[in-house]
Amino acid sequence: MSQHQALGGRILTKPFLFLTAIFLVGVYFMAQRFTSGMGEVSNLNGGYAWGIWVVYDVVVATAFACGGYALAFAVYVFNKGQYHPLVRPAVLASLLGYALGGFGAFFDMGRFWQFYEIFLPGNWNFNSVMLEVGLCVATYIIILTLEFAPALLERLGMKGLLKALNKVLFLFIALGVLLPTMHQSSLGSLLIAMGHKVHPLWQTLQLQPLLALLSALIMGFSIVVFEASTSVVGFGKKSESHLLSGLGKITVGLLVGFLLVRFATLILQGKFGLIFSSGFASFMFLLETALFVVPLLILLSPAKRERGSQLLIAAVAMLLAGTLYRFDAFLITFSPGPGFSYFPSAPEIMITFGVVAFELMAYLVMVKLLPVLHSEQHA
Amino acid sequence: MKRRDFLKATLGGTAAVACSGVAEARPNLEPADNAVGMLFDSTLCIGCKACVAKCKEVNEMPPVIDGDATTWDSARDLSGDTLNVIKVYRDGEAEVKDREENGFCFEKRSCMHCVDPGCVSVCPCTAMRRDEKTGIVSHHPDVCIGCRNCMVGCPYNVPQFQYNELFGQIQKCQMCNQAGVGRIDNGQMTGCAEVCPTGATLFGPRDALLAEAKRRTELKPGETYNYPRGDVSKPYSHHEKRVPEYLQHVWGEKEAGGTNVMHLSAVSFDKLGMPPLGERSAASIAEGVQHSLYNFMALPAIALAGLTYVVKRNTDDDDKGGDA
Amino acid sequence: MAENESVFSELEKRLGVSRRTFLKFCSGVAASLGLPSGAAMAMAEAVANPKKRPPVIWLHGQECTGPTEALLRSEQPSLEHLILDLISLDYHQTLDTGAGHQVEDIKKQAMAANKGKYLLVVEGAIPVKDDGIYCKIAGETMLDLTHEAAEHAAAIVAYGSCASWGGVQSASPNPTGAQGAPQVLKGKTVVTIPGCPPNPANFIGTVLYFVTYGSLPPIDEKGRPKWAYGRLIHENCYRRPHFDAGRFANQFGDEGHRKGYCLYKLGCKGPETYNNCPSLEYNNIGGGVWPVGVGHPCFGCSEEGVGFNKALFSLSEVQTHTPPNMFPAIEEREQSSGIGAGAAALAGAAVGVVVGAAAMGAKRLDEKESDQK
Repeated sequence: MSQHQALGGRILTKPFLFLTAIFLVGVYFMAQRFTSGMGEVSNLNGGYAWGIWVVYDVVVATAFACGGYALAFAVYVFNKGQYHPLVRPAVLASLLGYALGGFGAFFDMGRFWQFYEIFLPGNWNFNSVMLEVGLCVATYIIILTLEFAPALLERLGMKGLLKALNKVLFLFIALGVLLPTMHQSSLGSLLIAMGHKVHPLWQTLQLQPLLALLSALIMGFSIVVFEASTSVVGFGKKSESHLLSGLGKITVGLLVGFLLVRFATLILQGKFGLIFSSGFASFMFLLETALFVVPLLILLSPAKRERGSQLLIAAVAMLLAGTLYRFDAFLITFSPGPGFSYFPSAPEIMITFGVVAFELMAYLVMVKLLPVLHSEQHA
Repeated sequence: MKRRDFLKATLGGTAAVACSGVAEARPNLEPADNAVGMLFDSTLCIGCKACVAKCKEVNEMPPVIDGDATTWDSARDLSGDTLNVIKVYRDGEAEVKDREENGFCFEKRSCMHCVDPGCVSVCPCTAMRRDEKTGIVSHHPDVCIGCRNCMVGCPYNVPQFQYNELFGQIQKCQMCNQAGVGRIDNGQMTGCAEVCPTGATLFGPRDALLAEAKRRTELKPGETYNYPRGDVSKPYSHHEKRVPEYLQHVWGEKEAGGTNVMHLSAVSFDKLGMPPLGERSAASIAEGVQHSLYNFMALPAIALAGLTYVVKRNTDDDDKGGDA
Repeated sequence: MAENESVFSELEKRLGVSRRTFLKFCSGVAASLGLPSGAAMAMAEAVANPKKRPPVIWLHGQECTGPTEALLRSEQPSLEHLILDLISLDYHQTLDTGAGHQVEDIKKQAMAANKGKYLLVVEGAIPVKDDGIYCKIAGETMLDLTHEAAEHAAAIVAYGSCASWGGVQSASPNPTGAQGAPQVLKGKTVVTIPGCPPNPANFIGTVLYFVTYGSLPPIDEKGRPKWAYGRLIHENCYRRPHFDAGRFANQFGDEGHRKGYCLYKLGCKGPETYNNCPSLEYNNIGGGVWPVGVGHPCFGCSEEGVGFNKALFSLSEVQTHTPPNMFPAIEEREQSSGIGAGAAALAGAAVGVVVGAAAMGAKRLDEKESDQK
C-alpha cells in the first residue's frame, strides 16, 4: 500500500560508531553543564548571552529543518504532487532537527528546571518575539510528530489509527505550513529588539522577518536536495536529479527575492556604502552574498540544473549562505559594546557536535527501520 | 472560486494587513507618572566606590575577587554578583579629571531603568516588569526560564546571568525596591545615592532630576554651584564646587525613549561606553512588527483558514489520483 | 669594628643616647628613605664622625617659627641634641644665644670660611613686593639675605610650608607678595619639606641623607623628598576602608564621627595632600596623634594650593586615579573569552567536513549519473 519502505541493513556501521563517539563526548560535557552550570562549559558572557547553542542549535538548525516546511508548501499549497516522494524523509529530518533544536533550547535555558513557565498563559508577554518562537516551535514539534506518525503507524500495522489520522492530516499539514512561517520569520524578528548591537548591514528592522523567512525556505529546499543527494551517494539510491532540478528552479525565485529585498533594504536605509566600508563585516557580507549568488548562477543554467553534482554544490552553498547570514547577524558581526568578545569553547562546540551526531544517528536508524525513503518502482 | 485565485486572495490579504500593521507601529512609551530615577554626574564622581560597596551590602552580594591579587572587591564589570560598578575612562597621561584628551573620568555602570525597556519587551514570561507608578524595571526569577533574551535585548548589557551557578538567575539593579528591600516604597532613597559623598549619584523623581541636570548644563564653567546630596527633592546636605565644562547633553533624556537613570559628563558619552542610540527604542519597532503580524492572532487565523482550504483541496486531489 | 666601637662610645657621650637607640633610629630613617640595611650603619658612622658635621646657615623669613619649634620637640633619640651635634649650626636666629651685630658677623665669617660647603636652611616665606621691604633682618631684606646665602650654599633646604611655597601669608590677597624659596631662588635646586608645621622626622631624614652621602635624596617636581612625600595621605590613611565602604562622618560628633569613619565629607584634604603623616604620625607622641588620627579632617597644610587656600570644609579633589589597576576601564568585562586553539580547530573541522563531504558527494554523483546513462 505504501510507496515508502524501510531501507533495512545493519545499523552499527562504521559511520554510526564514529557518530556515537562524538555523541558520547557531547554527553560528557552536557552532564557537566547540568551539574556545574553553563559557565563551566561555555564561553557565554555578559555581552554575548547567546552563543552557538542558540545561534546554531536553534536558529540555524531549525532553518536546516525547514525541508518539511518547504516541501509541504510546494506539494500541498502549490499542488506540485511530483515532489511527494521527497516529503517523508524531509518531514523526518525536520522532526529531528526541530526536536533537537528544542532540546538545544532546553540546555541553553539558564533556568531549565522551570522551563514550563513559558507554557503558562498567565506569564505570557504578547510583546515578546521569544514567546512566539517558543510556543510556536513547541507546537510545530508536535505537528511534525503527527505528520511523521503515518510512517510509524504503517510500520506497526496500526491501520485503523492510520486511517483516522489520514482523514485529519490536512489540518496538520496546513498548520505545518503556517507555524514555520510564523516562527521562522520570528527568528529574524528577534534581531529587531537587539537594535544597535546588530551590525547595520544586518539590522534591517522591519524586514528582518521577511529575510529570515525567505532564507529559511531557501535552506529548506536546499536541505531536501542535500538529503536526496546523500541517499543517492550513501544508500545507493537511484539519482533523482530530474526531480531535484525542479526544486532548484523554485529556489531561483526565492534567491532572487531574497537578494532583491536584501539589497533594496540596504539602499533604502542608506547603508549601501557600508558594504565596502565596514572592514571585517564587509568581508563577511561579501562572502555571504557570494554564497547566495553562486548557487543562483548554477541554478539559472538549465544544463547545470540537471546535474546532481551541480545541484548538490548549489544546495551546500545555499545552506552555508543561510547559516552565515544567521551567524553574521547573531554572532560574528554582533557587537554588544566595547570590550566584549566571544568564541565558543571546545566543550561548547562538542555539545553542539554531540547533538548533531545524535540527529544523524537517529536519522540513520529511522530510515533503516521505518518506511521513510521512497521505493523506486516508478522513479 | 478557483484555487489559484483563492490562494492569491489569501496571500494578498495577508500581505496587505501585514503592511498596514507595520505602518502603524507603536511610538515609544512615555515615562511613568511618578517615575523615580537617579542622576549620575560623572564630574562629581571621585571614584570612592562607596556606591559599589553599599550596593553589594543592600543586595547581599559577594565581592568579586580577581585571582589572588587582591582581597578587595575588584569587579571589572556588571555580573551576576555585581549590579553597580564604577569604571574609569583614561586617555594618554590621564592627567586632568573630566578632560577627554590626556584626561580621565569615572563612569557608573548600573541599570538605566529605561522608560521603554528592551528587557521588558522581549521577555517571553513577563519576568521583567516596568512598575506602572515608579517606572522601576524589576526582575522576577520565579517565572524566568533563563532564555537571556533580556541580556541581548538591553542596549546597555545590564541584565547579567549567573553562569557559574547551576541554578543561577538573572541579576540587575532594581533600584533597591525589590521585595524584601523596598527602600523606595519605604520612603528611603537608593543605597548608592545615600552613601555618595559628593552627590554624584543623586536620587529623586525623574522630572526633578532632569530639571537639575538641565540647570547644571546651563551653568557657566568656573562658577560655584551648591550641589545637593542624596535625594534631589529633599537633599540632606549640599557642598559647593566649581562648575566643570559640562557636555550640553543629558544622557537618558531622549535616548531610545529615555531612561530614568540619567548621566551628565564632561567627556563625550561614546568614550564612556554608551551605545549608539537614536531616539526611537528598538523595543517599539520590534513590538510594532510583532503586533501587526499577531494582533489577536487575526493574520495567522486568516492564513490558517486559507491554508486548510487549499491543503484539503490538494490532498483530496491526490487521494482521487491515488497518489497519497 | 674596634674603630667603630670607639666612635660609638664617643657618640653615646656626645648625644646622650644609647648606641642601641641611635642605631635603631638610623635604621628607621634608612628604611623610610627606602635604603638598604647597610645604609643605617653608614649613616650612624657618618653622624658619629665629628669631622663630617656640615656647617649650617639657618634663615628665618615671614613665619611663626613653627618648624623650629617642632624640631625642638622631637625626641627619641633626643633630636635637638642630635641636630645640634650632627651639624655645626653656625647661624640660627631663634636658637642663637648671641644677638645683633655679633651674630651677623659670625654668619658672614662662617659663610666666607665654608664657601660652597655649608647647608642653607630657609624657614619662612620671602616677601618680594616693593623690593622685599616687608621683612628685614639687621637692616637687610629677607630677599637679599636669601639670595646672598644661597649663592655659595652646597645645598638649600626650604623647611616648612612658608619656605616651600609661601604658606599662609601667600594666600590671597597676599599683600606682601610672599613666596617660597624655590620661587625666589629660580634655577637653584631647593629641597622642600612642607608642612605647617612640618614633621621634623622628614627634615632630619633628609639631612642625615645629605650628611651620609654628600648629596640630597631623590625629590619630586616640587622639590619634596620622595621618601616622605611620595604618597597621598589618603593612600596610607587607616580610615581609608571607611571611605571605600561609603562610611562617612557627616558632622562633628555624629555617630559616624564617633565611630571613626572617614572624614572626607567634613572636608578632609588627605585625598589631595602628599605627606607621610598616617605612617609617621607626629613627633612620636604615639596613640594616633595627627589631625585625622584625632578626628579632624586633614587641612592640607603641606600642599600648595590646598592648605590656607581651600575652604576648611570644602570637598577635596580626590587624586587616587592612580595606580591604574584600581579601576576597571570602560571596556573591561567579566568573563570575556579569547579563541581557544581546540575550539578554533573544531570549528574549522566542522566547516571542512561540510565542504569536503559536499565535494566528494558531488564527484560521486557525477560518476553515478554517467553510469546510469
